Amino acid sequence: MKSRHKRIAIIVAGIALLAIAATLLLQSFQSNLVFFFSPTEVSEGKAPTQGNFRIGGMVEVGSVKRQGTQVAFNITDTAKTMSVVYTGILPDLFKEGKGVVAQGKQGQNGVFIADQVLAKHDENYMPPEAADALEKGKRYNQSFENKSANNQSAQGEMQ
Amino acid sequence: MIPDIGHYALMLALVVALLQGVLPLAGLSKNNEKLFAFATPMARIQSLLVIFSFLILDYAFYANDFSVYYVATTSNSNLPLIYRLAAIWGGHEGSMLFWVSILAVWTLAVTFFAKKLPLRFRSSLLAVMGLISVGFILFILFTSNPFERIFPAPFDGRDLNPLLQDPGMVFHPPLLYMGYVGFSVAFAFAIAALLDGRLDVTWARWTRPWTTAAWVFLTLGIALGSRWAYYELGWGGWWFWDAVENASFMPWLIGTALIHSLAVTEKRNAFKAWTVLLSICAFSLSLLGTFLVRSGVLTSVHAFATDPSRGLFILLFLVIVIGGALALFAIRAPTVGLGEKFDLVSRESLLLSNNVVLFTATASVLLGTLYPLLIDAMNMGKISVGPPYFDTVFVAIMVPGIFLMGVGPIANWQKASIPDLASKLKWAFAISVVSALLVPSVMGRLSPMIFVGLLMAFWVISSVFVSIKTRLHAIPTGSLTQKLKTFGPAFNGMLLAHFGLAIFIIGVTMVKGYEREHDITMQSGETKVINGYDFRFEGIKPIRGPNYVAKQGQFYVSKEGSHVALLTPEKRLYLVQNAVMTEASIAINPVRDIYISLGEELEEGGWSIRVYFKPFVQWIWLGCVLMGIGGILTMTDKRYRLKQ
Repeated sequence: MKSRHKRIAIIVAGIALLAIAATLLLQSFQSNLVFFFSPTEVSEGKAPTQGNFRIGGMVEVGSVKRQGTQVAFNITDTAKTMSVVYTGILPDLFKEGKGVVAQGKQGQNGVFIADQVLAKHDENYMPPEAADALEKGKRYNQSFENKSANNQSAQGEMQ
Repeated sequence: MIPDIGHYALMLALVVALLQGVLPLAGLSKNNEKLFAFATPMARIQSLLVIFSFLILDYAFYANDFSVYYVATTSNSNLPLIYRLAAIWGGHEGSMLFWVSILAVWTLAVTFFAKKLPLRFRSSLLAVMGLISVGFILFILFTSNPFERIFPAPFDGRDLNPLLQDPGMVFHPPLLYMGYVGFSVAFAFAIAALLDGRLDVTWARWTRPWTTAAWVFLTLGIALGSRWAYYELGWGGWWFWDAVENASFMPWLIGTALIHSLAVTEKRNAFKAWTVLLSICAFSLSLLGTFLVRSGVLTSVHAFATDPSRGLFILLFLVIVIGGALALFAIRAPTVGLGEKFDLVSRESLLLSNNVVLFTATASVLLGTLYPLLIDAMNMGKISVGPPYFDTVFVAIMVPGIFLMGVGPIANWQKASIPDLASKLKWAFAISVVSALLVPSVMGRLSPMIFVGLLMAFWVISSVFVSIKTRLHAIPTGSLTQKLKTFGPAFNGMLLAHFGLAIFIIGVTMVKGYEREHDITMQSGETKVINGYDFRFEGIKPIRGPNYVAKQGQFYVSKEGSHVALLTPEKRLYLVQNAVMTEASIAINPVRDIYISLGEELEEGGWSIRVYFKPFVQWIWLGCVLMGIGGILTMTDKRYRLKQ
């Protein structure tokens, strides 16, 4: 009887331990999820104002400015543009006009403070997030053009 | 013409593999012994055909035959010969052919080294391997044929990705694949056991050396890949929790659980169903890894394919293999039996907790790897799981596991007593605590993580010594050397592997705790003091390689006036792909690496430069090598040599 009690106690303790472990695991998982946003989504205020997230798109041509190990550049999804600052050495394939993904947080006056810049290892390769952002930007532009086209035709009818 | 021969050989291999798979299984179901005789010859013919077709493709690389589309896309006539030959696994099609070729190597090994297994069992074993081969050859022939031709042939090839032009490329993929694919043997053993209804101590004894062999290859393959990433990617990391790294790490974790659970099955005839399940899991995770890497769902240095039909094929294959194996397991496992009983405190239960820990760790890595893919597949946005998740969760799960690892080898089988274990280990624990406090006081900084890391490492090391002491005490007579001689290679190998893990933990803890990173700018002729070392930048020298041009920085490193090293990091421009590559330069020494890489040339003159100080970083790979040697040692144990 006594050994049976002992066994039950150990099983209960084991389950409790597992439950705690699972909770901690999921909590850590939750807090380390990094979400991705395109510059357009950031400008619409969808991105968190605190905490890390990723943005992606194309490095705007002519926007890269270096000062020592400080770099400033713009990421664009062709609809909206976001300024990024980064301290450190950029990856080899970071180039104006090429796809890029940056991880960091929003600073003051809409500047993105990156602590990681990712550009992948193949000349022809576009990071999927960056490709996604550009696609969204294109759609945004199109819907904008459609709207203005509709407005014009509506105006035409009024006259 | 020659490449077509390779193509035909592969088609023929498909037919033979089908026979190798179907005939023995038909024999098994009809109880027709004659059909078993086909297994070995068919397996050998199939393997040789596959290897032959692999060699034909590699010959196309050797001969710069750019009429083969695959060669034209992954090689170039200016590429050094050794990289041309290795370029065969530098792309999707070739690495799939490489996968089946490695399977062929394992199959051949089984036909030669497992000759003494009972005919019936060996035939089902080879049949399972044949069926796996069928799946992969079908995949190659229908979705990724490396022998495809283009006409007219291009004048020259598009070159191998510059990142892969490194000695690591010659050794890392073969070792890793030997490990990955090696688990197919353990898988085939498990399936054959389920089909045969035979699952006992003998079976475990047959399976163990094969599983350990695969595990050793995987260990060394992962370690080599990690070291390659360390110096090649130019940014000094050794593990990134990249999805592809995780894909190789999960089979390793389960493989580690498997070799421990096999030990229990062999010694105590217990954990039988569990061992079989782990064998299935290990190979399933290898296949999942192949799927993740090769299907294009992931994009990284390792991923090539973007053709969705390929992903679908592998996914289907995955479902058939895993689903089939698990179904068979569900039907047959109850007949296997549970095995011997054991006490709550015993070596069995400690090994069981080891398995639970490794299994949980695998699950947590799997969650972090697959969740972003799942979210993306359901169109719920793009997310990534940060390395901090893996770091925290993995360490939290492994710490209790490693604590128990110190206790396990000392506990008795079947029944152990806690007071006895405590009295054997109390000094080991005290020494570990003191050492874990002493080292940080020398290094000048203590944090909880550093303390825990070092405590675990010293705990494992001191427990290794307690194991030796306990074992010596158990032998009543003889001198010390006589006593030591009675230790079998299996025991020594286990201790060495555990010791290797401790060395690995020391490396990780010291690097994580004490590494220093400096991003600086330097003008030519300038001297800067970094971390107590003087760095003098002599300037940039132009260099010409076989297929690249480079700017090579000249850095003289000295400490208190005495010369330490000349470091020559490079910025290379590979001409064919017009790709820039950073080549780091590292001064290696047992207690610290000085690592330097060139950033960019600055408009105002000079260069941005990154300097790392990585204490004990080489211990990470040294530890893995020791684990590997430990594994090899256990395989040489006499009891695994089969007698008729």
